Amino acid sequence: MTQFLQYVVSGLSTGAIYALVALGLALIYRSTRILNFAHGDITTAGTFVAFMFLGFNLPYGIAFPLAILSGAILAMAFYFCVLVPAQRREATQLGQIILTLGLGLIIQGLVSYFGGTETQAFPFPLSDTRIYRLGGVVISQLSLGTLGIGLAASLLLFLLVQKTRLGLAMRATSENLPAAQTMGIPTRRILALSWGLAASLGVLAGLFLAPSLLLDPFFMLEPFLKGFAAAILGGLNSLPGAIVGGLIIGVAESLAGGFISVAFKNTLAFLIIILVLLIRPEGLLGTEFKERV
Amino acid sequence: MDLIESYQEELQLIRKTWTRVWVGLFVLCLILLPWFVPEHVTYITTIIFIYAIGVQGQNLLIGYTGQISFGQAGFLCIGAFTFGHLNLMGIPWPIGLLAAGLSAGVFGILVGFPSLRLKGPYLAIATMGFGIAVYQVFVNSEILSGGRMGLIVHKMSPVLGLSDIAFNYYFNFLIALVFTLLSYNIVSSYIGRAFIAIRDNDIAAEVIGVNLTRYKLLSFAVSSFYTGVQGGLYGLFLGYLEPNMFTFMESITLFVAVIIGGLASVEGSIMGAAFVILVPQFFSAYKEMVPVVYGVTILIVLIFEPMGLYGRWFKMRLYFRNWPFR
Repeated sequence: MTQFLQYVVSGLSTGAIYALVALGLALIYRSTRILNFAHGDITTAGTFVAFMFLGFNLPYGIAFPLAILSGAILAMAFYFCVLVPAQRREATQLGQIILTLGLGLIIQGLVSYFGGTETQAFPFPLSDTRIYRLGGVVISQLSLGTLGIGLAASLLLFLLVQKTRLGLAMRATSENLPAAQTMGIPTRRILALSWGLAASLGVLAGLFLAPSLLLDPFFMLEPFLKGFAAAILGGLNSLPGAIVGGLIIGVAESLAGGFISVAFKNTLAFLIIILVLLIRPEGLLGTEFKERV
Repeated sequence: MDLIESYQEELQLIRKTWTRVWVGLFVLCLILLPWFVPEHVTYITTIIFIYAIGVQGQNLLIGYTGQISFGQAGFLCIGAFTFGHLNLMGIPWPIGLLAAGLSAGVFGILVGFPSLRLKGPYLAIATMGFGIAVYQVFVNSEILSGGRMGLIVHKMSPVLGLSDIAFNYYFNFLIALVFTLLSYNIVSSYIGRAFIAIRDNDIAAEVIGVNLTRYKLLSFAVSSFYTGVQGGLYGLFLGYLEPNMFTFMESITLFVAVIIGGLASVEGSIMGAAFVILVPQFFSAYKEMVPVVYGVTILIVLIFEPMGLYGRWFKMRLYFRNWPFR
């Protein structure tokens, strides 16, 4: 039983990371109907920026916010410089998704070129080896911090989306774009902000993930795909769904790794994707989408 | 596009006399190539032939049927390892290649089932999940992947006194030629028109009597058959196989080839295959920059030239054909 609880706790901590990644994906999908294939790469770029600033001996309190900001700026620049011109030329929805794929490839190449492909240890204020005991369950300082930051970020996002005027504008834009434009909401700025917000959530996840996975240009690929699985499990257009999906995937993966086999751990997320898509494509908390000719 | 006046004309492979002349010259050049260029050029052209097969299959799926797939590396992996294991058992290559294509095709039908319910981005993720799951299964299973050393494939011994490289060149050239003709015939037949109808509007296609289930699955089956054969040929050409050749990046490469070459065009697929093989060759000193080149080309192509390299080529031809009028 203790062992079971142990797996659940460590799963919740990884799940918090997946939830952050999934929140970013769902935020963008909800407002623009674009699946952001560059999400993982933007995150990697942001984490590398943090690594670079730490290399200049900047304190964590400056380097990390700067990294999050740089990820946000990158995503907003992509929205304004690539997506908006593409939309003016009436790019299809699929075309826009492929554009994000192109952006991902570009960032991936640039990060490998400037950051180097060898793996590096990422310095971090929270320790991976200092542990706390709760009953029989052991949790490291890093996992506890990850879980805390995941919950805090989700709560802040909830307050932003549900309680502020800005959040109201975001919800209106994602609900009905032309109507929001008619009501005088600056939709383009709101959408750019959504992209920026999504990227900052991603970079936050990357910063908390880098110390436990060693940093290299491809370290976000797998967490990004798991985040995808989480977003789909919860429903791509639902923000609470992303959090629930992330936590479920984290726990399921940890349990599968502990009780079935470690090799099975990584394949599980993709099996979940395929199963969810076959049985309930709109996800656990998503709303069903209907199509008319 | 071309103005077609009769069904007879639609069925023709090549419609204009001049096109016949230059296509003939092009094929002749390809036949004579191994005699006039250094060996590594022949080698790279051979890889382009092998890739052209898979890219054509991918284009039948994405360009003609409009079903997006990010899981081609999975089919490639299944085809290649089917071929590799049969080859180890001593089964001759024609049967091996057929089995490679068929096994990939069966998995294509399985992956095609979600496509009956899913669309666009959702399908992209389902296929992506498939591709990565296949890769991980092969990495984690020593029986399938042949262990740490990979799977050794016995190469064919050259005939007719050709050198090894020249023999492989002609072998893959012939197979690529057969598959190119096959693609043209699929595209101009009922099947191809059904694919295009599904792409343009699947509900309307069903209303005019296209069996949606059958043709969507058929599209997946044909596409993964091509990819499986590509995998088999690749294994036969390189002489060994390991799962690391079939990562998610490989799916992306095939996908990029289709987008850059031009959606819904067989010539475009070949140009796209040439593009994704030649770019890493030219940038071999800056390996990290290859994805950047791919990415920038995708952005340029999608924003300025949605028809890809083929669209550019077509417009050039149109310009010269109509010159001095525009």
